[in-house]
This record gives sequence, C-alpha cells and structure tokens, in this order.
Amino acid sequence: MDAYLFIDFGSTFTKLTLVDIEKEEVIATEKSYTTVETDVTIGYENALKKLNQKVSGDYNIVKKLACSSAAGGLKIIAIGLVPELTAEAAKRAALGAGAKVIKTYSFKLNSSELEEIKNSNADIILLAGGTDGGNCDTIIHNAKMIEKFSISIPVVVAGNKSSNDEIKEIFGEKVEYYITENVMPNLNHINVDPARETIRNIFMKKIVHAKGMENVEKSISGILMPTPAAVLKAAEALSMGSRDEEGIGDLAVIDIGGATTDVHSIAEGAPSKPGVVLRGLEEPFAKRTVEGDLGMRYSAMSVFEAAGIKKMKKYLKYDDLDIEAEFKNRYTNTSYVADDEKEIDFDEAMAKVCADISMKRHAGVVEAIYSPMGMMYAQEGKDLMELPYILGTGGVIVNSKNPKEILQAAVFTMEDPTSLKPRRPKFLLDKNYILSAMGLLTTIDPNMAVRMLKKYIVEI
Amino acid sequence: MEKKKVVLGVIGSDCHAVGNKILDYSLTDAGFEVINIGVLSPQEDFINAAIETNADAILVSSLYGHGEIDCRGMREKCEEAGLKDILLYVGGNIVVGKQDWNEVKQRFLDMGFDRVYPPGTPVEEGIRDLKEDLNITE
Repeated sequence: MDAYLFIDFGSTFTKLTLVDIEKEEVIATEKSYTTVETDVTIGYENALKKLNQKVSGDYNIVKKLACSSAAGGLKIIAIGLVPELTAEAAKRAALGAGAKVIKTYSFKLNSSELEEIKNSNADIILLAGGTDGGNCDTIIHNAKMIEKFSISIPVVVAGNKSSNDEIKEIFGEKVEYYITENVMPNLNHINVDPARETIRNIFMKKIVHAKGMENVEKSISGILMPTPAAVLKAAEALSMGSRDEEGIGDLAVIDIGGATTDVHSIAEGAPSKPGVVLRGLEEPFAKRTVEGDLGMRYSAMSVFEAAGIKKMKKYLKYDDLDIEAEFKNRYTNTSYVADDEKEIDFDEAMAKVCADISMKRHAGVVEAIYSPMGMMYAQEGKDLMELPYILGTGGVIVNSKNPKEILQAAVFTMEDPTSLKPRRPKFLLDKNYILSAMGLLTTIDPNMAVRMLKKYIVEI
Repeated sequence: MEKKKVVLGVIGSDCHAVGNKILDYSLTDAGFEVINIGVLSPQEDFINAAIETNADAILVSSLYGHGEIDCRGMREKCEEAGLKDILLYVGGNIVVGKQDWNEVKQRFLDMGFDRVYPPGTPVEEGIRDLKEDLNITE
C-alpha cells in the first residue's frame, strides 16, 4: 500500500505519523527523543525503527514531509513604526508564520538597539513601517542602520511599498533581504499572509540547514514549515474546509506544550451584540498567539508567577501539596512524568491555568464607556463569545483522562466579565495527536486533509 | 499630483457616526485620501494614524459638547510625536451650552488648532480652507 510519512521534529520528541493514502487512515504514530545536539537523524531513525515494528505488512512511502520546532524553533525580530500599528502588525505576521517573536522594536532604531539585534540569536528580521504611500523616513533609517551594523540575519522587508526601491539600494549585496507586500497597506488593515509565506520559504530554504538538519534532509522530501505553522494550517483546513470539502466553521485551538501555550483562532471575531464599536488594529482571521510564560515544564515557574497560589487552588483537587515546590520540581526536572493521582491532578491544574490565561490573552475585551448618550461599548480584539468549538492538543491534554475539564477552564466566567472568551463552546480533541501532520498534508492534498481531520478530531 | 492625506475621526467618548461618514464621502469626492479612524477615537489614535500614513492634516469632529476637554494638549502631543507642521482642524458642537462663538474659536486657536468650525458649517467651506492651507490649486 502507498503511504505518506509525516515527521514533526519537536523540541523534546520527534513524532512520526504514517498515513494510508487510499484508505485515508492513520496506520500508526510513533515518537522518540529528538537528538538535535548530535544529529537529528538518530532520533528520526529510532522512531522509524519503532514504527516499523508496529506496522504489519509492507508499505511504500510516497512522500516524507516534515515540520520542525527543534533547536528553539524559528526566532524572529519584528520592527515597525508605531508600536500599536505596524510594529504590532509585523509581530502578528511573524506569529502567524509559526515563529517565536523574541523582541519587537518601533520608531527609528538607535545604535544600542542595533547592537542588541546583532547579538541576538534571531533567525529572521521582519522589517515593516509605514502604510503604502505613508511614512518612508523611519523604515529607510532602520534599513540604513541594519546595513551599517552589517547584520547577517536575513531581512524580510514588508513595509511601505514606496520605500522598497531605496531599501534595495541600501542593502545591495551586503544584506540578505526579501521584499514582500506591506503588513499594513492602509491604516488598521493588516495583510499578514504574504509576509507569512515569505518567512516560511526562508525557513524551508535556509534556516533548517543552520539547525543541524542537513543530514536528515537527504532522507526526507523536505522540512516545509515550523510546527506551529503546520498546526495553524490544519486548524484553518478543519474550519474553512477545502475546494471540495466542507469545513466545520469557526474554532479555536489550544496547544499546551512544555515551554509555551499556543492559541489559534479561526474566526472573524466581530461583535456578537449590537451597539458595540470596534477599536484598534484589525485582527487576522487566522490568528495565533503564543504565551512564552505558560508551559508545563520549561515555563513552570512563570506559570506559578502568572497564576499565583489562589488560582492554582481553584483548580486543584488536593490541597495538601506544597504548590511552590511542585512547580520548582517540574521546572528543574523537565523530563518529569507525573505518575500518581495527586501529581497528575497537579499537572492538570497547571494545564487549566494555562488554558484559562492563554485564552484570556487571546480573546478580545469589551469596555464600557459612559457617554452623554448613555453607556457605550468598545471592543478591542476578537469577540469569541459565540465560538462553537474549542479544540485541544498538546501532550497534557491528549494524554489526559479528563481533557474536557482542562478545556473547560478556557471558557468565559463572571470572574473576568470584560473578557470575550467563548461562552458555550463544544469541545474537540486531537486524540491521535495528528494536527501538525494534517497541516503538512494540506500542502499535498487539502481535500484529503479535511476529510481526515473530520474523521480523527473527535468531540468530547 | 499625489493626493493629499487627511486623518478624520470623532474624538473622545463621542459616537456620532453620521457626520463622520458625510465628511469622509465629501473629502474623498474632493480629491483627498481620507484615513477615517471613526468614532470613539482618543487623541493618540489620530496621532498614530498620521505618523504611519504621513498625513498632511488631522480633522477632529466632536458633537457631544466635551470637545474642549478631549482636544486639550493635542497640538503638544503632535509636536512630541514629530508631527511638526501638521494642520489641525476641529469642528462641531465643540463646547457645552450656548457660548459666544468668537471666544470659543479663540480658545481653540490658542490650543494650537489651525481652523475651528461652528455647528452648521457647510462641508464646502472646510474643503476650500483645506485646499488653501495645503496649497492645492485646481
């Protein structure tokens, strides 16, 4: 039988998903530790060996595609003009490309900021600034500074189109650059997709080589995108469908990992009630936010800081644990696996805190304004109140016995009355942990990806 | 010639949207590129919009009587933001109650506004002034 093999080089695990093309079924999944320090090929082959033992019968792999977040994933520095406008738009484009935004800069950059950029471990710089036909000075100044400090990081230029020619001249042969469409072509309207694709292409062609992946590239067809981008693609496919297949409509994905919690929403987020005025920058239809301080292991201490003991107690069943010590233990021992009931309960309480806070930060807020005409409401961000689905993924949710309870923490409560979190969503589960694999499948056969997603993502 | 750009909006907690739409339409029709930030807009939104788009003028509307409070310090903020010579216009029911128009006008001129319009001003008058101030000859 013919099969596709999808590989996800994660920070901890290399995960394989083998898919039967004709039956559109997952034949098997397998994982092994990622071996990025030596050669990722080792971890990949270990996983492959285990996979072969599982599968009975012969299969012929037609295509092997991979996504990767190993070695810290894709790190981007975003530069814009006004912090709330082009700098924010650049940041959203980078997040949508599956990157980790290590810092956002705005206005004209100075030498110490350039030193900081030079000494950072960023993989790509996303340079924006000005609407089309708007401000040119700042982006040109910043391009000159990048050239002057001989920055060797590839630069994606996604700013005012009127400044592109001058930037080409400034960069010349000295700076590696890629020009794409403006992230904010006119005020408050964002255009993140072209920048997203450009970033993905650079990732595919250049970044993976620099991450000790060149050996494994020979044995597979290609590392196409960062893992979060694959998850976002899968979420988009499930929500919107493809040319021939119907999607299931608006949804949000909560992905709780060891270091971060990602939330993706595929929804317009327009006000669900009348009499609400929208404020602030337009939201991308497919939006991703990353909470670098919310994660089950590497970020355990910052979860403790963000949540506090009170919030943890709200979700804990047992109250005789030393909460701070439990967090410390998970932070210092990142490969820790909870095994008894109490420890599992603690892990799940942490996951609930992550779901709760990450959704609060992702969803919009509504603010009451007292005006001479009576009370008015202004909404900033997406209104997810009527969102029909929340889909859970990530180890702690997938392996939990009560995934629904964890996701329930992301729902609106009267504790945050101004938050526009979903109120009565149904819950879905990525039971087989195949979301990133399906994101990769959308690049070969989007119709099949939608059908498989609808088959394997189950309601809980 | 490249179109001149104006940032248009209703300041403060004011949500009168009709006049805003009429101004948007008329200014566009008169050949301006209008960046309309809409109702309920704080000073910062006008200024940020003007920076990103490199606008030539900011047109502030206020209809609910609190314009004077809402507009205070706007010129200073523009200066701070590097919008040195940007034109600032304001118009509408910009103060509370029936006050002497000349006094009101002077107060807003002192605040750094270039043009101040009372209620009932025809759109054409503002457009004529704008063309004059921006040296647009047809």
